[in-house]
Amino acid sequence: MTEPLARPPRKNPVLRTPLPTLPPGGRSRVGLGLTAAAAVGRFMLQHCRDCGAVQYPPREACHACLSVRLRWRDTDCGGELLSDTRLHHSNDLFFRERLPWRLGLVRLDAGCSVVAHLHGDVGPAPARVRLRLCLDRAGQAVMMALPPQDTPDMNDDPQLREMTCDPKFRKVLVTDGKSMVGQAMVRALASAGADLIWVGHAEPWKRMPGAEGLSALPQVAWVPLDVTDSRSVEELAGEIGGKVDIVVNTAELHRTHGISGRRGVDTARAEMDVNYLGLLRLAQAFGPALRGRAADGVPSAVAWVNLLSIYALTSFPAHGTYSASKAAAHSLAQCLRAEVRPAGVRVVNVYPGPVDDEWNQLLPPPKVAPAALAAAVVKALREGTEDVYPGDVAQEWFERWRDDPKALEREVSAGG
Amino acid sequence: MTRPHRMSYEDIAVTVPFTVPYERFSIRGAHWFVGRALDGLIREAGLPKQSIEGLVVSSFTLAPDTAVGVTQHLGLSPRWLDHVPTGGASGLMALRRAARAVQSGDADIVACIGADTNHVDSFRQSLGSFSQFARDATYPYGSGGPNSIFAFITAHYMQAYGATREDFGKLCIAQRENARRNENALLRKPLTMAEYLGARPIADPLRLFDCVMPCAGAEAFLVMTVQRARELHLPHATLLGAIERHNAYADDPIFVRGGWAVDAAELYAQAGLQATDIDFVQLYDDYPVIVTIQFEDLGFCAKGEGPAFVRSNSMTHDGSFPTNTSGGQLSAGQAGAAGGFLGINEAVRQLTGAAGSRAVSNARVGLVSGFGMVTYDRCLCTGAAILAAASA
Repeated sequence: MTEPLARPPRKNPVLRTPLPTLPPGGRSRVGLGLTAAAAVGRFMLQHCRDCGAVQYPPREACHACLSVRLRWRDTDCGGELLSDTRLHHSNDLFFRERLPWRLGLVRLDAGCSVVAHLHGDVGPAPARVRLRLCLDRAGQAVMMALPPQDTPDMNDDPQLREMTCDPKFRKVLVTDGKSMVGQAMVRALASAGADLIWVGHAEPWKRMPGAEGLSALPQVAWVPLDVTDSRSVEELAGEIGGKVDIVVNTAELHRTHGISGRRGVDTARAEMDVNYLGLLRLAQAFGPALRGRAADGVPSAVAWVNLLSIYALTSFPAHGTYSASKAAAHSLAQCLRAEVRPAGVRVVNVYPGPVDDEWNQLLPPPKVAPAALAAAVVKALREGTEDVYPGDVAQEWFERWRDDPKALEREVSAGG
Repeated sequence: MTRPHRMSYEDIAVTVPFTVPYERFSIRGAHWFVGRALDGLIREAGLPKQSIEGLVVSSFTLAPDTAVGVTQHLGLSPRWLDHVPTGGASGLMALRRAARAVQSGDADIVACIGADTNHVDSFRQSLGSFSQFARDATYPYGSGGPNSIFAFITAHYMQAYGATREDFGKLCIAQRENARRNENALLRKPLTMAEYLGARPIADPLRLFDCVMPCAGAEAFLVMTVQRARELHLPHATLLGAIERHNAYADDPIFVRGGWAVDAAELYAQAGLQATDIDFVQLYDDYPVIVTIQFEDLGFCAKGEGPAFVRSNSMTHDGSFPTNTSGGQLSAGQAGAAGGFLGINEAVRQLTGAAGSRAVSNARVGLVSGFGMVTYDRCLCTGAAILAAASA
């Protein structure tokens, strides 16, 4: 059984911080189909539309009938561990620094043989396993063989922890802790074992219901942070930037207008200032230190979480300016992902449907509860996914968008 | 059950086995080793360069060139050319293609060359780009290269058929004994069972002496008709039969048998021989488990009896079942694609009285195998040939 992770000792300031290395990140284009599945936490393999054959590794044609009509489909992840090994030598720096490293050869019940990273709680072959598609530190999909049922402390397995961004023993900055979502996020991170949670508040004199309760949590430290003010962002980064392992950007401004519902651009500008430029200010101030600490021992810098919106993919006209600001933030988050991925830091983008808060008062249910949204973020960090669509509305919009973005545009403009 | 229309190889001679001495690392390019090999072939054969009408080259480190680049690099103008980039199976495949080219009259004399250089970092650099499946589905998993895959195969074989570390140790130690009589072998210090069992772990259950040492070097030979070899007074072996097979048993969940098992009966039928007629074997030895599996797949014992076969035989050149009498790649070193030619050259030496102090006594017939290309979870290419001493 996995040894529970011990609380890491305080960092020795005399020692050099190791520079981050990455596992090999090159993939073919068909191989990236696995990464697309891993990004959303699904286990998908190539299935042939014509003969039904399932295949792995990914190919350009069906190995059975030569059809090129292949599609990625959710697949049974159960299998049998046929053989296992422990590597004591590697040709790659990333693994060399982490030896010994367990690997297994798994025969999926679906009928393919898979080379996989092997969790410590899986006994020697033969043994039953389930495979998970994880994103590794290079941000690419890899197969990880896990025990068939969850085991105590299994997330603390050193190899699995290299694939995930588990908040346990990590220091987190939640950029706005006063909103309902921000508060839920702080509570969820505290229960997930975060070591310290800095909670930003832009206007300390405003008392928001519930916010006071957070102060009772021993992990919580309130910090002044106004994401619309470059100086405020830089001051905080100067103070704690070298210690933050996970940034959770919950700061957002949400108003409920389209183009013709309100004259002028003041509200739209304010939304952009928080939702888009706020992310840019934060990324410029906190990004470099995060990149530099991506291999800093057990509590290394690992992740950046952006609270976006499903409206970032397709405008919700009733909240049109908000949608536009989230689309801008979504685009910037892709840029941030490209810039921090070479250090092994993951950008987790969260695309909820309407949250059950005051700004969505007039929208009919279902609406995602702030606590459910926060739980989805913690789950994503623990399981190492990077695109999160929490709640039924988000899931449905995402499916519709994947299926046909144009159709979704018309559906939404016709009333959702 | 020989295939009725498959043409015999019986008029084919394999001659002038030439080795460019192995070096652990070299600062030279692969073209240097190809050049030394070609020079050695024509010098030892006493032929002008222009008489090489056919050329087949195997190399991992020749990039960006292929065989055609070699023609301009070395000033050849062949009328038949092939490039066989299949590593451990390349020697057998080169031999088969060259033999058919000679028989059809497309070339009179074909030079077959396996050559590679080895820079300090070239092995590591070759791994990640070895195949699309390696890039997508094995190299990102610990980057152990073929060691990880053969660790799976070895561990599974041990569990399924009761092989022990000592069985594999016995093979490695016998090959080391053979290597002590091969001055080109890089590893010639005697190996004890304690050293074998206690060596540095690489990928459980594999340890250091289960793995070949990558090096630089070349192996080359000429293929021509028996009649031509006689005219040139070249000592030669004749080719009695040859097979190859790719991606055999693709549905086996893990490698336990190779393509040899598909075609071994055809090989013996073509040669008009049985397994019991073979005087020695040169079996592709990237890892000792593969030698054991070939004892089974090539018909020397039944599937699963490999470990018992190892225990009841001695594999030295003077033993009851002489195996890899040059020391094999495990002791001579693996000079890239030349590793796929090593067994052919050693067999020709054994059959032409050129094996010196490691000669197998009264060797008349030898079997050579090849095995190459771990594109994903197993080696895809298998080949084998039966060579015989030329009748006087």
